[in-house]
Amino acid sequence: MKVRIKSHWPPGHIRTPAYLRGKIGQIERRIGLFNNPEETAYRQTGPQRELVRVRFRMADIWGARAERGEDVIEAEIYAHWLEPV
Amino acid sequence: MPHDHHDHEHDHSHEGLSPSGHPYRADNDTDLSYWQAMEIALRELLIEKGHLTAAQIHSQINAMDSRSPANGARVVARAWVDPEFKAALLADAGAASRAMGFDIGPMHLIALENTKEVHNVVVCTLCSCYPRNLLGLPPDWYKSRAYRSRTVIEPRKVLSEFGLELPEPMQVRVHDSTADMRYIVLPAQPEASLGLTEEELAAWVTRDSMIGVGLPQAPR
Repeated sequence: MKVRIKSHWPPGHIRTPAYLRGKIGQIERRIGLFNNPEETAYRQTGPQRELVRVRFRMADIWGARAERGEDVIEAEIYAHWLEPV
Repeated sequence: MPHDHHDHEHDHSHEGLSPSGHPYRADNDTDLSYWQAMEIALRELLIEKGHLTAAQIHSQINAMDSRSPANGARVVARAWVDPEFKAALLADAGAASRAMGFDIGPMHLIALENTKEVHNVVVCTLCSCYPRNLLGLPPDWYKSRAYRSRTVIEPRKVLSEFGLELPEPMQVRVHDSTADMRYIVLPAQPEASLGLTEEELAAWVTRDSMIGVGLPQAPR
């Protein structure tokens, strides 16, 4: 399933790497529910969030500058950072 | 002399140097940092209020310091000789490691299998996440900005600097350890090691091969 990482730039403890924001990838696997570090970092409690591994083609992240476009990066992204494509 | 690589021919002062010509490490005659003071305060409060004893704290530090890549090497070697264990490891590496008797605490572990077509390498671009509960402390370069930033941009160049040249058709998968999972690479078993016992095989598994910046190699 294709997803886009939201291109949001909020302040705070964010574990969505900047270089992946706005990029499109494929869901590699769903891992389960985890505490949201954006809240736990400030001792707030909120609902747990689904954590998802997303696979990105290097070409989709770095464009023509990619070292080899068909190599991939996989990262864990919380579901509230994903939007449908 | 063990350190006779320095030029001792000409006349220079050895003041401040050890007999073998190396500088002594400076004493730490500086004030505690804020966080050092906080750590001591918290530790003393925990002991005073009876939550922990000093012995318990040091026993846990000992347990953490005793973790080493040798633990991961045993896991990898077991996966090479036992297909059922390998399947369990790829399904849930944390549960499989615990089943072997390793106390990895609450760590969530994923094993990444290297094949003829795919090479995996692990990085943490945001900080220095590493499967410490199995492999012990990460190497210093793993925490460097150079490794953390370059591995997601030019992994093949980075790997070549580690002496690992990957053939073009092979796919590189970079795993950015961004959140709650930790990763261990399951390297492919070298052909030259086929037929060895599990214990012998563990000596082939290097720390770097479990991060993905190296391959297993015959013990020296």
